[in-house]
Amino acid sequence: MPEPVTEQTISVEINGEAYEQEVEARKLLVHFIRDVVDLTGTHVGCDTGNCGACTVLMDGKTVKSCMLLAIQADGSKITTVEGLAGADGELTPLQRAFSASHALQCGYCTPGMLLSATYLLEQNPHPSEEEIRRGIQGNICRCTGYVNIVEAIRSAAEGNA
Amino acid sequence: MLLRQVEYARPETVDEAVRLLASREDARALAGGQSLVNVMKTRVAAPELVVDLNRIKELRSIETGPSGELVLGAMVTYDELIRSPEVQAARPILAEVAQTIADVQVRNRGTVGGNLCVNDPTNHLPPLCATTGATMTIRALEAERTVSSDEFFQGVYLTAVTPGEMLTRVTIPARAAGEGDGWASVTLGKEGTGIVNVAATVSDGRARIAIGCVSATPIVVEAEADEVSVRKAVADASLDPPSDVHASADYRRHLAQVLAWRATSQALEGAA
Repeated sequence: MPEPVTEQTISVEINGEAYEQEVEARKLLVHFIRDVVDLTGTHVGCDTGNCGACTVLMDGKTVKSCMLLAIQADGSKITTVEGLAGADGELTPLQRAFSASHALQCGYCTPGMLLSATYLLEQNPHPSEEEIRRGIQGNICRCTGYVNIVEAIRSAAEGNA
Repeated sequence: MLLRQVEYARPETVDEAVRLLASREDARALAGGQSLVNVMKTRVAAPELVVDLNRIKELRSIETGPSGELVLGAMVTYDELIRSPEVQAARPILAEVAQTIADVQVRNRGTVGGNLCVNDPTNHLPPLCATTGATMTIRALEAERTVSSDEFFQGVYLTAVTPGEMLTRVTIPARAAGEGDGWASVTLGKEGTGIVNVAATVSDGRARIAIGCVSATPIVVEAEADEVSVRKAVADASLDPPSDVHASADYRRHLAQVLAWRATSQALEGAA
């Protein structure tokens, strides 16, 4: 039987890089990513699991990193917004489409939006508008009214970006 | 957000998990964490020990039993439920409703067992368990018991799972020939939290209806599956729902009747 711990060394791969770090059991994954690994593209919005600004890909699926303990991510592979572009800094078609379609104003929700949209297009490369809207239901944007975000995702899906 | 200091353990078997859960007075099972982690942030819950069930493989299976019944491990996620061919074959309403729970990220983490054990009155699965005749299997250190939904759901955030115990699986009978399931709800925003949720199952012209969001546990009524009888049965149930900023008690009582008939109509179509 595993002994209960209040801290433990975890191994996590983030954006292809391995991290081994001691974490407190009470540390949320989002704080590990931001404060320990220093990848501040993953945002804390509401801190109540509603807004999706902290969305990351964990083992290929989108999760809200404020609703996971960092210790739970031991052994997993995580992609944050910093890991989307290629090694040479070339943006993904979705990132280009967000820029071209003016799918952001303040940018606070954008990292989470991009990860939800990336996951959506992996699951469903040619979504309808309804499917796009359902795909980003867990991500709140207070600036755009979503119209240009939906447009950006649609245009990336159509290969226009 | 800084949580209160907490101990953490990650068992790999149900045996280990129940031993851990029984080892502290205030140990909590951590399933998908989509409720528990949030209440730990607000410190409404501040368990001494969280027992993370996510690495217990035996809790993640979806199987079909000898009579076609669905046997869902407590740690099956909503997303797994939605994608499961076994669920599509035996009880597709579960996938149809799970598809409307919260959002993609929550469906990727949130679990069947978590939904049932939290037993928030607005949760989707308790009414469905009540209409489909689901049974819940609970493990303690040395014992295992299986209870009906009537016994399982005991109050707001309260179930038959007592400290030191855990839910391991949910068994849901396959839809019989001539049986249909329905679901209707009015939500806060599209597919948001329910103001009133209703599940219905129809068989041989009789409807079994479970109403969520109006009481601590799902309210079950039975009636002939026609509009007049269904509305009357719901009216006769003397519902005492909460009034809040989203809906008055009267409006919830009204919705309960309307939605009971909508869910029954959908069930009738499925039964035809």
